[in-house]
Amino acid sequence: MSTATEHPTYNYKVVKYFAIMTVVWGIVGMSLGVLIASQLVWPELNFEIPYLTFSRLRPLHTNAVIFAFGGCALFATSYYVVQRTCQARLISDSLAMFTFWGWQAIIVAAAITLPLGLTSSKEYAELEWPIDIAITIVWICYAIVFFGTIAKRSQKHIYVANWFYGAFIITIAVLHIFNSLAVPVSAFKSYSIYAGAIDAMVQWWYGHNAVGFFLTAGFLGIMYYFVPKQAGRPVYSYRLSIVHFWALISIYVWAGAHHLHYSALPDWAQSAGMIMSLILLAPSWGGMINGMMTLSGAWHKLRTDPILRFLVVSLSFYGMSTFEGPMMAIKTVNALSHNTDWTVGHVHSGALGWVAMVSIGALYNLLPVVLGRKQGEMYSTKLINVHFWLATIGTVLYIVAMWVNGIMQGLMWRAVNADGTLTYSFVEALEASYPGYFVRALGGAIFLSGMLVMAYNTYKTVRGANAEQQAKLAQA
Amino acid sequence: MTELSTFWHVWVSAIVIGSMIACGALIILTKKGQKFDEETDQTTGHSFDGIDELDNPLPKWWMYFFWSTIVFGFGYILIYGVGDWKGFGNWSSYGQWESEVAKAEEKYQPYYDKLTSMSIEELAKDEEALATGQRIFASNCSVCHGPTASGSEGFPNLTDNDWLYGGSPAAIKQTILAGRNGAMPANGLKPDMTDEQRKDVVAHVLSLSGREGAGDATKGKALFAQACAACHGADGSGNQAVGAPNLTDNIWLYGGSEAKIEFTVRHGRAARMPAWNEILGEDKVHVVSAYVYSLSQDQE
Repeated sequence: MSTATEHPTYNYKVVKYFAIMTVVWGIVGMSLGVLIASQLVWPELNFEIPYLTFSRLRPLHTNAVIFAFGGCALFATSYYVVQRTCQARLISDSLAMFTFWGWQAIIVAAAITLPLGLTSSKEYAELEWPIDIAITIVWICYAIVFFGTIAKRSQKHIYVANWFYGAFIITIAVLHIFNSLAVPVSAFKSYSIYAGAIDAMVQWWYGHNAVGFFLTAGFLGIMYYFVPKQAGRPVYSYRLSIVHFWALISIYVWAGAHHLHYSALPDWAQSAGMIMSLILLAPSWGGMINGMMTLSGAWHKLRTDPILRFLVVSLSFYGMSTFEGPMMAIKTVNALSHNTDWTVGHVHSGALGWVAMVSIGALYNLLPVVLGRKQGEMYSTKLINVHFWLATIGTVLYIVAMWVNGIMQGLMWRAVNADGTLTYSFVEALEASYPGYFVRALGGAIFLSGMLVMAYNTYKTVRGANAEQQAKLAQA
Repeated sequence: MTELSTFWHVWVSAIVIGSMIACGALIILTKKGQKFDEETDQTTGHSFDGIDELDNPLPKWWMYFFWSTIVFGFGYILIYGVGDWKGFGNWSSYGQWESEVAKAEEKYQPYYDKLTSMSIEELAKDEEALATGQRIFASNCSVCHGPTASGSEGFPNLTDNDWLYGGSPAAIKQTILAGRNGAMPANGLKPDMTDEQRKDVVAHVLSLSGREGAGDATKGKALFAQACAACHGADGSGNQAVGAPNLTDNIWLYGGSEAKIEFTVRHGRAARMPAWNEILGEDKVHVVSAYVYSLSQDQE
C-alpha cells in the first residue's frame, strides 16, 4: 500500500490498515456465521470434520465478529477520532503499528486454536491463557497510545466520543484481566480461579460488559463523531451526553446477573441484575436521542445520503435492542425467553443492526479521508445504497425469524396437557424451528452479500485514490 | 468456596444502591446547571474538528422516565430484598418453585390417583393412560431410548420383548423406579485372557446364534464356561437377575459384529439407567411403566 497518502499531521496509515481489516474480518466472521446458521438447517454441512462442527465454529464466529470485525472498527475509528478531535498526532506511530500487528496475530491465533477445540469454555472469553496474556499486552499499548494522544491534545476540552472510547478501553482491560484469571496446567489448558456461583457471576459480569463496553460504549464513541460529522450538524445536547455517559458506565457494569435468572446465583443478586438492567434503559436511550436529535434539521439529507442512512438506522436498532434487553431482563419475561432463539435474535439486532451498521457508516465516511479524499467520497455511492438495503433487509429477516422461533420455543416448552405432562417433547419444538432457522440463514447471507459489495467498493476506492496520488506526484 | 461470602454480599449491594443514588444526584446536579429550560440553538462554545455541541436541556420526558426507573428499582429492592435482607415480599426462587409444584399437584393428583388405583396390565389397555405414559416417555426417556423406544447402541430397544432385567410389569416398574447398573468386567472372570483365547470365545458366542468367527469355537466353549457362564449361563441364555443378556437370540445391545463383540469382551461394558423415583415420583413411574409394558405386548 502506498504511503504517499499519509496526512502531514495525523497518522492515517494505522487507521487505514485497521479500516481495511475491518472489512476483511467482517466478511470472515459473517461467513462463519452463515455457515453455522446453515448447519442448523442442514447438519451435514459440518462434513463430519471435527474442526468444522458447530461447537467449535460458533466461538470462532463470535470472536471473529466481536473482536476481529468490531475490534478493528474500534481501533480504526478511535485512532482517527482521537487525532482529529484532539488535533494531535498519535503519540507513537510504532506503538500504534504494534497494536495493529499484535491484534491481527491474536485474531489468527484464535482462528487456529478454536477449531482445534482449545478453549477455556467461558463464553466470549474462550481463548486460552497465552492468548489472553497477548491481548493484555496489546490492550495496554492501545491505552498508552490513546490516552497519551489525549494528554498532548491542543484542545482544552475532551470530546464526548473520546470519553466513550476511554471508558471502553479501561473497562475492557479490567474485565478481561479479572475474568481470565486462571491456573495454567499446560501450554493450552487452564482452569478458572473462580468456582461455582462466583465463576458464573464473574463470567457474566464480563460477558454482559463485553456487550456493554466493547459493543456499546465503544460504538457510541463512533456514533458521537460520525453522526454529527456526516450530518453536518451540532450534537443535540452536551448535558444529555454527560448524564447518559456517567449513568451508562456506572449502571452497565452490574447488569450482567440477568444472564443468571433462576440459577444458583443468590436470588437477591439476580434481582439486583434485573434492577440495574431496567435502570439502564434511560441512559441507553440517552445516546439514541442525542444521535437522532442531532439530525433534526438535516432529515432531508437522508434522501440522498446512504451513509447517513446507515447511521440513522443503526441508531434505531440501538434504541430497539436497548429496549428489548431490559424487557428480557425482567424475571417473568426471562422465564419465557431464556435459552430460546429470542436471545440470539436480540444479540443480532444489536450486532447487525447497531454495531455493524454504525461501523459500516463510519468506515464509508473515514476511508476516503485516510486515502486522501473528502469524507464519504467512495468509489460508488450507488453501491453504498445497495449495501444499505442488503444490510437492512438481512437484519430484519434475521431478527424476525428469531423472534418467531424464540417465542414459539418458549411457549412450546412450557405448554402442559390436562394430565400435567408436557405437550411437546424437545424434538418437536426443534422441528418447528426449522423454517425460522432457514430464514435466519437467508437473512445472514443477505447481510454478508452486502459486506462483499462493500469490499468491492473499498477495493475500487483504494485503487482510485492511489492513482490520484500517483498523478499528483507525477505533476509535482 | 462456591457460595457468595459476606464480602460479595456487601460489595455488590453497596455498588447497586450506590450507583442508583449517584444517578439521581447526577440528574439533579445537571438540571441545576442548565442554562436553558427550552430547546435552544446556543452551543457550549466547544468545537472539535468542526463539531459543535448545543446547550440543550435534558429532554423532560426522558428525565422523568429515568427517575421512574430509579424509583421502581428502590421499590423492587424493598419487596425483593438485597444482600442478606429478604425484603418485605419474602420472595425466593425456591419458594416460587415449591408453590408452583404444590399448585400442580393439587390440580393433577386426582387424575394420577385414579390411574394408580389400576394395575399396570389394566393401564396398558387404557388409551388415556397410555397417552399420558407416552408423553412422560417422550419428555424423559426418549433422550436415550429414542422417540419410538427402539433404542440405540448401548440403550435397549423396549419394543422387542427381549429384557435384560425382566419384562413383567413389576420388573419394568422396579427398573424405572430404582434404575439399573449394568457392569460386565473386561474379559469376564478371566482377566489373563490372551488375544488368541478371546478370538475363540468370540467364535463360540457367535456360534450361539448360528454364526461363525475366525477363532476356534470348540476351544472357545471351554473358555466361555470359565469366564462367562457365571453370569450368562452355561448355554449363554443370560440371567435377568443380574441383567446378563441372552447371547443366543441375535439381539445385541452393543452391536453384533465380530469386531464389536471382541471389543465388548476385551474392555467390558458399563451401563447405567438412572433411578426415576426422585425425579418423576412413583405415580408417574407407574403410568410410564404401563406404557413401556404395552410396547411389546402385541408382539408375542
